[in-house]
Amino acid sequence: MEISANTQALVYLVSAILFIFALKGLTHPSTARRGNYYGMAGMALAVGATLLGNEVQSYGFIIAGVVAGAVIGTLLASRVQMTAMPQLVAALHSFVGMAAVLVALGTYMNKAQAGLLNPVLMGELSAGIVIGAITFSGSVIAFGKLQGLISGAPVVFKGQHMLNAGLAVATIALAIVFGLTENVWALVLMTLLAFVLGFTLIIPIGGADMPVIISMLNSYSGWAAAATGFTLENNLLIIVGALVGFSGAILSFIMCRAMNRSIINVVFGGFGGASEAGPSAVAQAAEKGVKAASVEDAIYWMEDANRVIVIPGYGMAVAQAQHALKELLELLEARGVEVKFAIHPVAGRMPGHMNVLLAEADIPYDHVFEMDEINPEFATTDVALVVGANDVTNPAAKTDPSSPIYGMPILDVAKAHNVYVIKRSMRPGYSGVENLLYYQDNCSLIFGDAKDVCEGMVTVLKGGGH
Amino acid sequence: MPDTLVALYVFVLACFIGYFVIWGVTPALHTPLVALTNAISGIVIVGALLVAGAESAGTAAEIIGFFAVLLASINVFGGFLVTNRMLAMFKKKDKK
Repeated sequence: MEISANTQALVYLVSAILFIFALKGLTHPSTARRGNYYGMAGMALAVGATLLGNEVQSYGFIIAGVVAGAVIGTLLASRVQMTAMPQLVAALHSFVGMAAVLVALGTYMNKAQAGLLNPVLMGELSAGIVIGAITFSGSVIAFGKLQGLISGAPVVFKGQHMLNAGLAVATIALAIVFGLTENVWALVLMTLLAFVLGFTLIIPIGGADMPVIISMLNSYSGWAAAATGFTLENNLLIIVGALVGFSGAILSFIMCRAMNRSIINVVFGGFGGASEAGPSAVAQAAEKGVKAASVEDAIYWMEDANRVIVIPGYGMAVAQAQHALKELLELLEARGVEVKFAIHPVAGRMPGHMNVLLAEADIPYDHVFEMDEINPEFATTDVALVVGANDVTNPAAKTDPSSPIYGMPILDVAKAHNVYVIKRSMRPGYSGVENLLYYQDNCSLIFGDAKDVCEGMVTVLKGGGH
Repeated sequence: MPDTLVALYVFVLACFIGYFVIWGVTPALHTPLVALTNAISGIVIVGALLVAGAESAGTAAEIIGFFAVLLASINVFGGFLVTNRMLAMFKKKDKK
C-alpha cells in the first residue's frame, strides 16, 4: 500500500493536532497520562504515513534502526532512577541534536546526488546542522556535569566571550560560504565549529543553573527539529519544532525569573562558587552562632503542631530522603497534623524535579504546593522542615541588598514559628552565599544526612513520640 | 506564495500555539513536560526515515540515515515511556 502525498499531508495534520493535545494534557495531573497517549498516537501516525509515502523506498536500514532504538529507549526509560532524570533528559536532548545533524547531512547527500541543491535549501541545512550540533555537544556537557563525570563548577577563563563570539561569527560565515559556493569543506568545517561552540557555550555554566540549561537545550532541540522541517519542507516537523522550542524557551524564562536573573546572565554568567564576602548582616549573625538541635527536639514541636511545611531541595534528591518523608507524612497525619510540601521553581536540577521525586514516594500531589500558593501560609505554620534546600530559603534575598541573590523570590520559611533545617554541614549553598535563616532565633539545624535524619524522626514517632 | 514562505507562516503560527499551550502547563508537571517534548522532538525520525529510505540514497547516506533513525527512535521510545512512568506516579490522595 502506498499513500498519496496529499493523504500523507492530512495524516501529518492530524498528528500535529494530537501533539498539541498531548501538551495540553499536562495542564493537570489528572489528564496528563491521556495527553501522553495522544502524543504516542501522533508519533505512530506520523511514522506510519512517512513509511507509506512514495519517498521511502527501502526499509532494511530503517527497520534495523527503529528496532535497535526501541530496545535501547525502552531499556533506558524503564531502568532510570527518578533522581537521575535530569541526566536522562540531557542524554535524550543530545540524541535529538545529533539526529538533526545527521538528517541534514544525509539530505544534503541525497539532494546533491539528485542535483536539487539551491541556496535557500543549503541555508536551511546549515541552520539544522548548527543548531543540532550545538544541542548535541551542549547536552553532552550538561550530561557530564549532572552525572558528575566533569566538575559541576563553572569553568570560566579569560577571553571566553570573545572565543564564543568568534566561533559564532566563523560558523555563520562558513554557512554563507557553503550556501553560495556549495563547497563541501565549508560544510564540514561549519559542522565541526558548531560542535565546538556547543561545548564552549555550556562548559562555563555551573551546576545550580542546570534547570535553565536543561530548559534551554530542550528549546534548542525543538528549533533543530523545526530547521529540519524547513529543509525537508515538512510542516509537521516545523509545527512540532516550534511547540518544543517554545516549551523550552518558556521553561527557561520561568527558571530565570525564579532566580531573579536574566537569561543573558545565566548563559554568560559562570555563577556560583566564588563567594562575595561583604561586611553584611551575615557576619554579624555569624557571631551569634547557630543552634544545633536533635531529632527529638524537632519531633517535640512537630508531633503536636497544627501545620508542618516541608521544604525539599536538591539535598533530598541526593540523599533519596523522599521515601522517609512519606512515612513521616503518614505518621504526622495520623496525629492530626496537617503536612504540606513547598516547592521552589528551581529546587533540584531540572524544572519540576522535586515534584517527580515526591510523586515517586507516593506523596499525593494535592499535598504539594508551588511557591506563590504556599508563601502566605508560613506565618501561621508551627514547624517548617527544610530538607536539603538552601538558597531558596535565604531571607537575605529580601533583606540584604548587598547579597548576590538579592531580589530572588524565596520561600518565606523564615516566618514559620519554628524552623528546622536538615543539613550535612555549614557549607553554603550553590550560590556560595551564607544563609541568614540559620542565624535566626526561631531556626535550629539538625546536622546529618537527610535520609538518616528523616528516618530517625520516623523511628521516634513510631516509638510513641517525644 | 513560495513554499518556503508557507513554511514560515506555519512556523510562526505554531510558535503562538506553543506559547499559549505551554503557559497552561502546571509547574508540578514540568519534568514530564521536558520528557514529553523530548519524545515529541523525536519527530526528526520522519526526516531520518526520508534520508534512510530515499531512492537516490547511496550507501553513505543510508548509513547516516540508519544512525539518525536509531537516535531518533531512542528518543521516541525512551521519551514517551519515561513520561508515562513519571505520570503514573502522580496520584491524588485516597486513590491507592
